Amino acid sequence: MKLSKTVTGRIVVGFTAFCAFSAVAAVAWIMGTIIWGGHSHISWAFLSQAPTEGMTEGGIFPAIFGTFLLVVIMSLVGVPVGTITAIYLSEYVNRESKLAQIIRFAVNTLSGIPAIVFGLFGLGFFIQFTGKNLDRVFSPDALHWAQPNILWASLTMALLTLPVVIVSVEEAIKTVPRELREASLALGATRWQTIRRVVLPGSLGGILTGAILAVSRGAGEVAPILFTGAAYFLPQLPTHFSDQFMELGYHVFIMTTQSTDVEKTLPIQYATTLVLLALTFTLNFSAIALRARLRRRRMAA
Amino acid sequence: MKKRFRPGEFLIERSIQGVAFISLLFICLIFVFVFREAVPLFTGKADVVTAHEEVGAAETYGEDASAPLPQAQQELEQKHVPFRAAALTAKDWQPVSLEPKYGLWPLLVGSLKVTFIALLLAGPIGIFAALYTSTFAPKWAREGMKPVIEILAGFPSVVVGFFALVVLASILQNLFGFQYRLNAFTGGVAMALAVVPIVYTVSEDALAAVPKALTEASLALGATRWETALFIVLPAATPGIFAAMILGFGRAFGETMIVLMATGNAALLTPSLTDPVRTLSATIGAEMAEVVFGDIHYRVLFFIGALLFIISFSLNAIAEFFVRHRLMKRFKGA
Repeated sequence: MKLSKTVTGRIVVGFTAFCAFSAVAAVAWIMGTIIWGGHSHISWAFLSQAPTEGMTEGGIFPAIFGTFLLVVIMSLVGVPVGTITAIYLSEYVNRESKLAQIIRFAVNTLSGIPAIVFGLFGLGFFIQFTGKNLDRVFSPDALHWAQPNILWASLTMALLTLPVVIVSVEEAIKTVPRELREASLALGATRWQTIRRVVLPGSLGGILTGAILAVSRGAGEVAPILFTGAAYFLPQLPTHFSDQFMELGYHVFIMTTQSTDVEKTLPIQYATTLVLLALTFTLNFSAIALRARLRRRRMAA
Repeated sequence: MKKRFRPGEFLIERSIQGVAFISLLFICLIFVFVFREAVPLFTGKADVVTAHEEVGAAETYGEDASAPLPQAQQELEQKHVPFRAAALTAKDWQPVSLEPKYGLWPLLVGSLKVTFIALLLAGPIGIFAALYTSTFAPKWAREGMKPVIEILAGFPSVVVGFFALVVLASILQNLFGFQYRLNAFTGGVAMALAVVPIVYTVSEDALAAVPKALTEASLALGATRWETALFIVLPAATPGIFAAMILGFGRAFGETMIVLMATGNAALLTPSLTDPVRTLSATIGAEMAEVVFGDIHYRVLFFIGALLFIISFSLNAIAEFFVRHRLMKRFKGA
């Protein structure tokens, strides 16, 4: 039997539409399942208390706090470094020069490296190399820096999210019209004055988008902190750079795989996952919305 | 005209340059430090340094403790055995036993199984979804699809892993009657969720880059819209779609948390796609926290990391080549 063209066409369009909507359905399914399973366990007490009874009861406050601290330290390092690198790439070197190409290639490579390799790097460089040498100099008798802690974990994460910031800021800088720069330079402003007064204000939205995306990525990744600072359970909140910390994603991981009573803690697992999902979803969504608004404004201009 | 020297300006320029070079330096350092820890394996300088006490690397993640596991926890005697690189090609991965075996085959095959299943699912879905939104879809569907894909891409991998472990694994087991709840297939299906966004995005870019003139010429010759999409647009974008698959492969191959939670984590070398597996990345994630710094196990894990680094690096380079050279050359000629 030979199918008519219209029938085949319908099948083709239908099949491609099915593929597209199955992706949408997957997103809805995952979010629905996690919201459904977790919403009833979320309360102020759950968000504000520490785990109790060998982590089979209680809340997740230390994990929320640790995640917050992680992304703050990470952003304080990663966002300025990424922004400045992007400025250098787009304002100081010729876009087509060898140097710019090398840096851009390196940034591309960086964004493709598996997260777990960053964890290895954090262990090999920050803990085993930097930490060990710091200890050798400052405290020869005690182990202080040569062990996993929140500083090393944050720096590892900053490196992981560096490409996100660089790409986002570069995109934003590209949209500042050349005429504005030239006008500024023609009025006698120096290169730095032009960057500070014209280029940076014009690309603030892009920097903010990059920072939000980096924070979202940093809050969601677990592999890099598995052995650079995350802890199973801590009775106290981290107060010092050399303390370990609890983290939301890591908490989900250990609660599902190493909990003493997986069945009993299922509501906690769902609720923790929901908190993590809500956090990254909010961040991503605001980045998407912000970018859309910037794009519209650019179109209008 | 001579440029006036401004010390402030000079300092700022140098500092900006300095920071940019620090970024570059760290990227190089990743390469150096991951390889540095693995190198002694091949120079004959690595041997078992310390006596292990209870090393619990063989514990399972997930509930599949019933899956046959390499070796239970055993105490090791202190000994100095020079390590031979050939040991990496053995068929067993039993790093924590009286006679540790560091064969990477089961792990490599495990990674390939999961990646293969993930690509088999995510490839067609990503590519055809991209074809739908770039050619057939009404405007609302096209504009709605992008944020949805971005949200899928933004799901933390532990969230996907959790979903696979708690929900998907049971559904698939009931559906197909798997012997083990967590296995390569379950892990692959979960992984597909993480791979779809990258395949979709890169394919979509490639399809959108196909010159309008080609589409219009095809339509003018009397081809229908779906014929044009299937026989003109899709073939024209092949290099880009190929790149999308390669990048998807790289993503699946290096992803850690999903496989750590959803594949059962037993280093078995079997042909079946429904047996539990342990991937290269999951091995690092599961065992690194338990090893003694500097001993062979530690270095072998770094060697696996170096492998992952090289593989993802090469895949990115290949993908870039296909997008940049093949695709662009083709369209410039068109």
